[in-house]
Amino acid sequence: MKIAIPASAPSLDAPMDSRFGRSAYFIIVDTNTMQWEAHENPAVRAGGGAGLQAVQFLSRFGTQAVIGSDFGPNATMALSAAGILMYQCNSPLTVREAVSQFSAGQLQQVDKATNPGHYGK
Amino acid sequence: MESNIPGTTPRPLRIAVASGKGGTGKTTVATSLALSLVEPPLTATSQPQVAFLDCDVEGPNAHLYLRPTFDRREDVVILVPEVDASKCTVCGKCAEVCQYHAILVLGTTPLVFPHLCHGCGSCARICPENAISEQPHPIGVVEAGITPHGIFFARGVLQTGEPLATPIIRRLKQWAIPPFTPSHSVIIFDAPPGTSCPVVETARGADFLLLVTEPTPFGLHDLRLAAQVAGELGIPAGVVINRDGIGDESVTSFCASAGLPILMRIPFQRAISEGIAQGRALLDIHPEYRTQFWDMFQHIQDLLEHHSQVGPLRKLATDSQ
Repeated sequence: MKIAIPASAPSLDAPMDSRFGRSAYFIIVDTNTMQWEAHENPAVRAGGGAGLQAVQFLSRFGTQAVIGSDFGPNATMALSAAGILMYQCNSPLTVREAVSQFSAGQLQQVDKATNPGHYGK
Repeated sequence: MESNIPGTTPRPLRIAVASGKGGTGKTTVATSLALSLVEPPLTATSQPQVAFLDCDVEGPNAHLYLRPTFDRREDVVILVPEVDASKCTVCGKCAEVCQYHAILVLGTTPLVFPHLCHGCGSCARICPENAISEQPHPIGVVEAGITPHGIFFARGVLQTGEPLATPIIRRLKQWAIPPFTPSHSVIIFDAPPGTSCPVVETARGADFLLLVTEPTPFGLHDLRLAAQVAGELGIPAGVVINRDGIGDESVTSFCASAGLPILMRIPFQRAISEGIAQGRALLDIHPEYRTQFWDMFQHIQDLLEHHSQVGPLRKLATDSQ
């Protein structure tokens, strides 16, 4: 399965970024082969709608799931429309640790926004 | 005044009151100016008609001092896209053209996010299938009425939860046409704090920008920014120092070096703070300010008559940081 994790640096050992739409990087990992690639997030400096732009970007790579600590209402709506599953991980893990928790089935799947949104703030 | 220039269409004198920093006394100054013009001191030789536009649409409060009775009201809408799914081929052109990511094409149909939409209409124009129509989405209201002192008062109110203040201000300025002879009237625009789009929209087209500040490092920091806005827009500006006596001398020296005239100083005084906190206008607390505000208005008119070089202000925009 191809999963995307917001990260603060382009490495498997980088800490996860607690923000989804405005994370510095996305690490896309194939959980079957553990092959991974890092992409700069084009939405990091978006004026607004960063979450939406990030989802559109991730959908291009055939991303099937994302792990994040927080998902806003816009990103949630876009992720559902794109058929991308959301898994929540609140503890401060590295990307590698988040992936292993995901593979071990330890992360909670969510289907609703986990925060009320940031626009205008 | 602009209207006295032969061969030009008479128009009201437009004074915008801004500050950069919040809480410096913009509304106190703007409302006092309005009241002193509509009931000028006995020595005055003319009496202009006055319109007051509260452009602080995210938190309008000038009505608390001027107490208008609103008798006109209109919704402000922006046009947001609605997609006809039966015509849409999911080509994605609408999402590409949208600068604000308010429309997204994922899966089988475009998703529209009205709160991100600026209502520009590009998506509807670019859609090759004509699948997008534009629907009005209310974002606030404009209201107008007369105050007991005879001031034509209008304000915009942004609906809670809506992020776009600028379209309300733009609409307010088009909609609130004072029922006056343009050549003998003054329009006062009370700007929101800050120096971003809503302030620029308020100040655009003004003849003069009155910058209210306090003599502190915080006041100075934001006054510099506000003065740069004046410079960028090419609008002559002057300064009112409120709470004079606190802080330091840095605002005074900045004004001297930037060529910004200090038009009035209002002292930091308990009686003023108490009165304002009770919802009383400054002229009500200290009637002698009527003359001071009237004199400041005369001073502004003199500055405008002799103002042919915006030089110092334009220069300011580049070297003040």
